[in-house]
Amino acid sequence: MKEIYADNNATTRVDEAVFEEMRPYFCELYGNPSSMHFFGGQVQRKINEARNRTAALLGAHPEEIIFNACGTEGNNTAIRSALEAFPERRHIITTRVEHPAVLTPCRNLAKKGYRVTELSVDGEGRLSLDELRAAVDEDTAIVSIMYANNETGVVFPIEEIGAIVKEKGALFHTDAVQAVGKIPLNMAESTVDMLSLSGHKLHASKGVGALYVRKGVPFRPFMVGGHQERSRRAGTENTAGIIALGKACELAGQYLEDENSRVRAMRDRLEAEILRLIPNVRVNGGAAQRLPNTCSVAFEYVEGEAILLLMSEKGICASSGSACTSGSLEPSHVLRAMGVPFTCAHGSIRFSLSRYTTDQDIDTIIREIVPIIQHLRELSPFGREFLAKG
Amino acid sequence: MGCGRLPGGAYINNKYDLLEVCMWEYTDKVREHFLNPKNVGEIPDADAVGEVGSLACGDALKLYLKLDEQKERIVDAKFQTFGCASAIASSSALTEMLKGKTLDEALNISNQEIAEFLGGLPEEKMHCSVMGQEALEVAIAKYRGGPVPGHEHVQPEMAGEVVCKCFGITDEFLKKVIRENKLHTAEQVTHFTKAGGGCGGCVPQINALIAEVMGEQPKEEQKKPGKLSNLRKMQLIQEILENEVRPLLWADGGDLELIDIAGSTVQIAFRKACAGCVSSGYTAKFVEQKLRDAVADDIRVEEVEG
Repeated sequence: MKEIYADNNATTRVDEAVFEEMRPYFCELYGNPSSMHFFGGQVQRKINEARNRTAALLGAHPEEIIFNACGTEGNNTAIRSALEAFPERRHIITTRVEHPAVLTPCRNLAKKGYRVTELSVDGEGRLSLDELRAAVDEDTAIVSIMYANNETGVVFPIEEIGAIVKEKGALFHTDAVQAVGKIPLNMAESTVDMLSLSGHKLHASKGVGALYVRKGVPFRPFMVGGHQERSRRAGTENTAGIIALGKACELAGQYLEDENSRVRAMRDRLEAEILRLIPNVRVNGGAAQRLPNTCSVAFEYVEGEAILLLMSEKGICASSGSACTSGSLEPSHVLRAMGVPFTCAHGSIRFSLSRYTTDQDIDTIIREIVPIIQHLRELSPFGREFLAKG
Repeated sequence: MGCGRLPGGAYINNKYDLLEVCMWEYTDKVREHFLNPKNVGEIPDADAVGEVGSLACGDALKLYLKLDEQKERIVDAKFQTFGCASAIASSSALTEMLKGKTLDEALNISNQEIAEFLGGLPEEKMHCSVMGQEALEVAIAKYRGGPVPGHEHVQPEMAGEVVCKCFGITDEFLKKVIRENKLHTAEQVTHFTKAGGGCGGCVPQINALIAEVMGEQPKEEQKKPGKLSNLRKMQLIQEILENEVRPLLWADGGDLELIDIAGSTVQIAFRKACAGCVSSGYTAKFVEQKLRDAVADDIRVEEVEG
């Protein structure tokens, strides 16, 4: 069965050009970039190129890029680094809708005596800048707020947030794994101090990421050992992964326009058609500024896992904001923070598109989703009540 | 719904990462009953109807039963379900199992049998089979003129205090499920009943119920030794802690250490997840009960720092 992949916020297909770029660095050019001989040196040069490419996408200087293993590592590193750099400051600010890669370390730090403020969001998933302004103080070491939400695609006003954070001298970190490659970034004119990104979210391989650290921002490494990454991230480089990330960043710059025009148009069409063809549907975060590729739809009276499995039978891959697929039984913390009613949150589905999504894919999703929702509503005691009334 | 209190113990990622967790552990039988559910719909002149769950809970089941002319055997069963794949499959399986059974035979169907009919369910989904059994009990109780279910979230005809406020689950119901399925961790109880899966505020009470139910069982089977010498008593305490208590704690990521035994006072210190756990008081009580049952009635367990 040919898959229709609409789960690109979970992970993406490695671009063929990226794969070609990394391929020689397994069996042929396998040298260690730290070695003194020519064989390692040629890998080092390629890593430098990857650093330049990654920096270019972010509008950063190459020496501001630290390669690492994943977005989670970048997030953990940034938060811990800020706390070590400002030991007298004991306050952390984040939001209730962060990815667990930020939320979990923050909540564990709260258990160790740090004061943690989790900012709330409104019904459309938007932050209140006034709430942030009231929360940040001279005790705040770091503010870590995501650039764009993985579930809803809601984009936060990062520069305005950064300006508020700067007033009190705290560091500002943003988890930008969902934003890089989807919206234009320019660190040269930004208030961001640190930014995490992940390779596999932008058509590079899994197991590679990067942390941007602005020149002059105090930094304490998480991994210590050798002198790799100028001692800011010890450990032998994932050479092929880093080279893949560099190429993926170069391509992402070229595809930014496509992402914001063609991909956005497909997303908008998918959303409009679902709303037109299926009653009692809402778009989570629909009124907020959002990523061009993400669409989170809540279908009332049906449960997310059932929708996902029936779509999977038709080859469609998406993901659910429902909790029934995980160990937890409440709907996603993001939808809960937004106050999405339980009746909707249990039946929320996220479609996330990419440059590989085609108009035919969108046609197929629209064609298949309508009878699936109708079938599940007919099965449901509540759906029946609704259908009888409707 | 959801009182926002935070569960004790360090956070596990998957509690929050709801989008990227997948579970495709279903058997072919579950898939079959999910994709082509049997007996979907209503019976307009049903003799018995049982309804459990709600939209807010994330799953709900309405079960219809039609009896033969003698009002003894079930001749038809239909269902409507709102829920995940295993909830739909469990409902479909239950209706198939019910046909041709007398009401008493039907009441003997356990949630394990529903799960077995489907070739097994992942433990996280066992609450779906429990929901089927519950709906059946409600339907038959109502038909027989039993107590009318009260609040829709509360397990009908189950007296007792509400323990899990998020899902409205009572202590009597929890004890029944713990006993019947031999559950020994709060996580298992969540998988089977959903209790504790919301805000997590009731996890300490669930642990206390587990301790209570566990306390019931050894009493029946275990013979307490007679008068013990001090040495023998100490040996026995150590054996019970090593072989019966610590393995249970390990299952929850916890541990304890025996610090000292002075007369009938046993001093223990909690380790790992148990250390500083909000429910360690209940755990200490559970250890005490266990030692009293196995060694001597006058044993007192003290939690110490060490």
